[in-house]
Amino acid sequence: MNGPDGLMLVTVKFLASYAEQVGEDEVDLMLPPSSTVADLLDQLRQRFPRWGKMVDQPLVARNLEYVRPEQVLEDGDEVAFFPPVSGG
Amino acid sequence: MSVRVEIGKARLDPGRVLSSLACPADGAVNLFLGVVRDHHQSRRVLRLEYHAYGAMAKQKMQQIADEVTERFGATSVVLLHRLGTLEIGDVSVLVAVATAHRAESFTACRHAIERIKSEVPIWKKEHFEDGVAWVEGCRPGAPDPSPI
Repeated sequence: MNGPDGLMLVTVKFLASYAEQVGEDEVDLMLPPSSTVADLLDQLRQRFPRWGKMVDQPLVARNLEYVRPEQVLEDGDEVAFFPPVSGG
Repeated sequence: MSVRVEIGKARLDPGRVLSSLACPADGAVNLFLGVVRDHHQSRRVLRLEYHAYGAMAKQKMQQIADEVTERFGATSVVLLHRLGTLEIGDVSVLVAVATAHRAESFTACRHAIERIKSEVPIWKKEHFEDGVAWVEGCRPGAPDPSPI
């Protein structure tokens, strides 16, 4: 359910090197309805310009599944940004 | 049929996993261990630090285990990944698969480790004598750039 002003609340997580570059590992953001992952990324680049300049094409997961930039977000989503994985 | 998926700081014990694995219907058990190596290209590595996006990593590993069970007819699948600081020689990742015949056990094991390395949100940070660096990995669906 969206807030009274129509905005939706999205929890953003930064993982691994991104958390170090941003200086935080989690932030809550209010976004206009029908915002996409790409819209969210634009907003994050403005808010964290140092990270925004360093990061090229981050991997993005919405509610624990990989998504593409055109994915539309919903109120209450958890959206994670992270670099290419290197486990194993 | 059994599936076990874990991500955590506890030391991995391959012997214990193997002894718990096979059932009478299995003719083959395949085990892969990823081990912390003492060098990256020509630089000496002192230790590795593993970090994960825990909830998603667990979910992805579970999906991979389910897929291996379904696609290759595995009767048992164990996928374990360690987090935290690991020393040289420590086991960082363990894949064990039991199947009726050997061919599927090799294929299933290889498939599982390649999927883990390309999709599961875990990262390693290398500690060198003169600093630290995050390892830049691969994107889902992209071929693994590191030599096998």
